[in-house]
Amino acid sequence: MITPVLWLVIFGSGLGFSLTIPGFNYQQFLLPGIIAQTLLFTAMFLGISVIWDRQFGFMKEILVAPIGRVSIFAGKMLGVGTSAMIQGLIVILLGFLIGIPLSLYAVCLAIPLMLLITVGLVCIGLIIASFMASLESFGTIVTFVNMPMFFLSGALFPVMNLPWWLKWAFYVNPLTYSVDALRSVMINGWHSILPLEYNILIIVVFDVVTVVIGTYAFGKRQ
Amino acid sequence: MNAIETMDLTRKFGSLTAVDNVNLKVTEGEIFGLLGPNGAGKSTTISMLCTIMKPTSGTAKVNGYDIVHEPGQVRGSIGIVFQDPSIDDKLTGRENMEMHADLYNVPRDVMHSRIDEVLQLVELEDRASDYVNTYSGGMRRRLEIARSLIHYPRVLFLDEPTLGLDPQSRDHIWSYIRDLKKRENITIILTTHYMEEADELCDRIAIIDRSRIIAMDTPHNLKEELKGEIIILQTNNNDRLVDKLLETELADSITEINGELNLKVKNAHTALPRIVELAVSNSVYVDSISIREPHLDDVFMHFTGREIRETGGRALTGMGARIRGSLK
Ligand SMILES: Nc1ncnc2c1ncn2[C@@H]1O[C@H](COP(=O)(O)OP(=O)(O)O)[C@@H](O)[C@H]1O
Ligand SMILES: [Mg+2]
Repeated sequence: MITPVLWLVIFGSGLGFSLTIPGFNYQQFLLPGIIAQTLLFTAMFLGISVIWDRQFGFMKEILVAPIGRVSIFAGKMLGVGTSAMIQGLIVILLGFLIGIPLSLYAVCLAIPLMLLITVGLVCIGLIIASFMASLESFGTIVTFVNMPMFFLSGALFPVMNLPWWLKWAFYVNPLTYSVDALRSVMINGWHSILPLEYNILIIVVFDVVTVVIGTYAFGKRQ
Repeated sequence: MNAIETMDLTRKFGSLTAVDNVNLKVTEGEIFGLLGPNGAGKSTTISMLCTIMKPTSGTAKVNGYDIVHEPGQVRGSIGIVFQDPSIDDKLTGRENMEMHADLYNVPRDVMHSRIDEVLQLVELEDRASDYVNTYSGGMRRRLEIARSLIHYPRVLFLDEPTLGLDPQSRDHIWSYIRDLKKRENITIILTTHYMEEADELCDRIAIIDRSRIIAMDTPHNLKEELKGEIIILQTNNNDRLVDKLLETELADSITEINGELNLKVKNAHTALPRIVELAVSNSVYVDSISIREPHLDDVFMHFTGREIRETGGRALTGMGARIRGSLK
């Protein structure tokens, strides 16, 4: 939980000097990005931790109980999703505390959005866990999945001013749209990449796809 | 009706066949043992029977339900204690039990009385509200056994129930298992690599070695199959005596375990004088002699030509012994 604070405060004020986004305070710009980051990291870590359950045999107890594979997947999603949401809400609270302008209305809009975003991210974690035999490759996953998803999402800097060839890396990343959607609702007068409806549509499509793949992969693997 | 019936049950991991065309039938109400060394395929067999692993080929019926096509019904009718611990040690004993009862849809109104009942069986009622991470290894095992009984399963699987436990905890668990059989109409299938355990508890045993079943019968009949007795000798020169014995037909097989010679003979009373005479005439000094009935160890030896425990003991039967003899 220390990390998001560091990001917000240190990174926020440090980069704020060199990077100016016309009309906005940099920390204000950063907050939705850090929320998305927190959701991403918590959801993925806890999702992948299913492997841990499996190694310690606890998962076996669940798997041998007379309950369907789909409900196990749903239960796992609910549990991990809740933790991720709590972490995300704490980040919002921190934002308040360091004086980032936020209306209650904006928070009320952000919460359901965060829920939508979390679903897909948890599923990615669970899908990865379904394909991994042990936790050994955990570091690799973080380097090759988590970090690129985070850095190429526009969480830290605006996508608009980038050269076109680099923009593509952002546009294929579902997290880009999550960050953009969060900014639309949390920052007054934000010029989003896509209209909010499209962003939401993309997130929902992503959720559906990952839920379907996840349910299948999870049932297969166990 | 058979509680369990397997039909050419097979499981492969890549090129390794962990369970090879296993066919067995377990009758309702019996304690059936799968006995074999580490890596024989016991846990893999159990995993398939309790539906957390799919067979590569073949299938099985548990309580009349097919493990491949009706896994849900199978799961509802069995209880299992896995080889590796599967309790949550951040919960109390009772909380673990409640979670299990919920998973198995035990009605709320009878849940607590059943939990008390099974906790009593394993003598853990006093520790039920302590966190499991304060339990000893034996207590955890007992909790797992209790847990597996809450939903009154008709078949109970115990995968190495006493692995790594001290003798006292092991005796406790043995007595719970015997109690269970007396009190409930439950079928128990247990795996073990302890001969003694299989001998003590099981009505019938399948000896499994290198993925295959090599013998299946009651402990009594398996021992009978050896048709003989074991003479145990301590001498000052085992090697010389073995060489001389191999020249005669006195012993069917010879094993050396922890410095003691184990000779399998048809009739100890007639063989003993000959053996002593042979020792004396070759100036081998005999420290002690005893005779015993064959154990399951001897049975395992008999069927596989190998000792079941990895440590101590070397087999000196048949060809091996002869080659060894001629090398000197
Ligand atoms: N998940 C797995 N993947 C690959 N090999 C396995 C797996 N599980 C077991 N094996 C192998 O199958 C064989 C039988 O294992 P197991 O059933 O655990 O034996 P036992 O329980 O009799 O000691 C062993 O050689 C083991 O290494
Ligand atoms: Mg095993």
